[in-house]
Amino acid sequence: MKIYRIHALICAGAQCIAAGGNGFEDALKDELKKHELLKEVNIIETGCMGSCQLGPLMAVYPEGVIYTKLKPEDAKEIVEEHFLKGRAVKRLMWKEKETVLPSLSEIPFFAKQTKIVLRNCGIINPEDINEYIAQGGYEALGKALTEMTREDVIQVVKDSGLRGRGGAGFPTGKKWQLAYEQDSPIKYIVCNADEGDPGAYMNRSVLEGDPHSVLEGMTIAGYAIGAQKGFIYVRAEYPLAVKRLEIAIKQAKQAGLLGKNILGTNFSFDIELRIGAGAFVCGEETALINSIEGKRGEPRKKPPFPVQKGVFGFPTVINNVETLANIPVIIEKGAKFFRSFGTEKSPGTKVFALAGKVNITGLVEVPLGTPLRTIIYDIGGGIPEGHSFKAAQTGGPSGGVIPSQYIDVPMDYESLTSLGAIMGSGGLIVMDETSCMVDVAKFFLKFTVDESCGKCTPCREGTRQMLNILERITSGKGQMEDLELLEKLGNTIKLASLCGLGQTAPNPVLTTLRYFRDEYIAHIKDKKCPSNVCKLSSEVKNERKVFNRSSS
Amino acid sequence: MDKIKSIEDLRKLREQAKAFLRTRQGEVKVKIYISMGTVGIAAGSRDVLLAILDELQKRNFTDVQIIERGSMGLDVEEPVVGVDRDGVVVYYGHVAPEMARQIVASHVINGQIISDWVIAKE
Repeated sequence: MKIYRIHALICAGAQCIAAGGNGFEDALKDELKKHELLKEVNIIETGCMGSCQLGPLMAVYPEGVIYTKLKPEDAKEIVEEHFLKGRAVKRLMWKEKETVLPSLSEIPFFAKQTKIVLRNCGIINPEDINEYIAQGGYEALGKALTEMTREDVIQVVKDSGLRGRGGAGFPTGKKWQLAYEQDSPIKYIVCNADEGDPGAYMNRSVLEGDPHSVLEGMTIAGYAIGAQKGFIYVRAEYPLAVKRLEIAIKQAKQAGLLGKNILGTNFSFDIELRIGAGAFVCGEETALINSIEGKRGEPRKKPPFPVQKGVFGFPTVINNVETLANIPVIIEKGAKFFRSFGTEKSPGTKVFALAGKVNITGLVEVPLGTPLRTIIYDIGGGIPEGHSFKAAQTGGPSGGVIPSQYIDVPMDYESLTSLGAIMGSGGLIVMDETSCMVDVAKFFLKFTVDESCGKCTPCREGTRQMLNILERITSGKGQMEDLELLEKLGNTIKLASLCGLGQTAPNPVLTTLRYFRDEYIAHIKDKKCPSNVCKLSSEVKNERKVFNRSSS
Repeated sequence: MDKIKSIEDLRKLREQAKAFLRTRQGEVKVKIYISMGTVGIAAGSRDVLLAILDELQKRNFTDVQIIERGSMGLDVEEPVVGVDRDGVVVYYGHVAPEMARQIVASHVINGQIISDWVIAKE
């Protein structure tokens, strides 16, 4: 293999590409050609590095320098100064409070994270299986197939305490055990990559940055439960993830790590991609099964659960992308290693998509149980422009808000549930005092109203009625009785809906009512929006909205 | 790519692939410093750098990082090459491309310092 003295890792996650990363890469290659450096500098497109707000990003090794917000015209300076003469371009390096931080390990955003799921994202080339193998990839699969029985594999996953990262937190080992016990000649593994929460993109980043980790996790799961085939259900809105998955599957097949007689054993497993058309409800497992079968994406009644009767009526394990990416680490390093992170009931790490009013937005992986304050202030760099923290929304439209008095809450499944929020897939939207909580609740409810599949009445009609009430309140026509009605409706919808979408849809309204009731009352009684966001009577509207803050 | 037929094959492949990624990780056996100040470049350190890279490639030695540095102040000795191996940094002065190849072969890879050319130790 060829030796290069410099490895330039350009982030080719969707965000960095959207921010103009391609233009920079082309300019960089032109400059390298001009200075005859192409043979010395290895340019690698990687997956997401995490700090998406500062993209396009490039990390340069061996120094470990990271450049931010790159433009094509910066390429000349980087090549002439850094690549040719070894002088890193300070102007473009990561800065914090006007101090230039020389390398990745000194930047708090990276240094304070614990990367298990994102272990390879931004470090390896996702389109080259050799780089995944170099990082220890497929070792876990080899270990499972040659040194462990199917029961051993399930036991290790059970011992690790890994819980589903898609939202509900069901123990993964238990799910596998249930599927393993089913007496059926055909079984399936499904990877749920239908990530739909607004602002959440950790699954996409794993698929784009480290697709082989998901393939390896699925193959191990297939071996454990006795499945011969797996489906990855990924949304059509993730074209880059689809492309990299296709490349990864092809390479794994060529290498004999997928397909017939994997690694010379008599275990065979195949993976097929299924592209979803972008309906939020298809992230719900039974609707997802319908969609894979080519039917309309509507949820089914449970029981029978998918582990009993799933895809095409056969026992099916459905795991989230992040859950599966954890599996190779658990198998290779053992349950004890995994349990050394996180809490007793919530071991391991979780990736959060930090968004909203925080200085550094992006993907953050921390041990479960890490206080919210650490994520927002130590890693995210705090609230911009001197504003103060008001609340954080976890779990997207299915979750709830955490008010400022609970900023020290440990981020684990139980603690969040006790506050009325949920872990969800890991969306974390930070709000400051310029965000109106009624408006936030309305935003999320509008999303679920749009995405309700319409199969069951509580969700279809109930959420619509709740939205009508919120619209009334935010336009100054609300009445005090509306608050009780909202709570009553919300609780009924939670109880009576068929699937997870409806069962969680009222959460944003119910939690804001619980913690920010005074804001609702101000809208109704004083006809005033305390944060000056909602258009009530003749007030001037606040320009600084929740989700479209200018990039300055 | 050939099919990987056993876990031993997989491990062999990993060792090969790992060497290639070493530039991205902090831990390497040898670090080579090349002085790339204006004087260094004028004295020909660029050709020295290319010779080192070529020699490493020829000998397939990957446990190394090549780091460009500014001038040490010893302009009269340029091009200056430093080799950080076994806890000692040794500097060579007036390095020509052919000398650089020998430094790679004897010091970088085999740990034999070429004392005739040494100007300083650290």
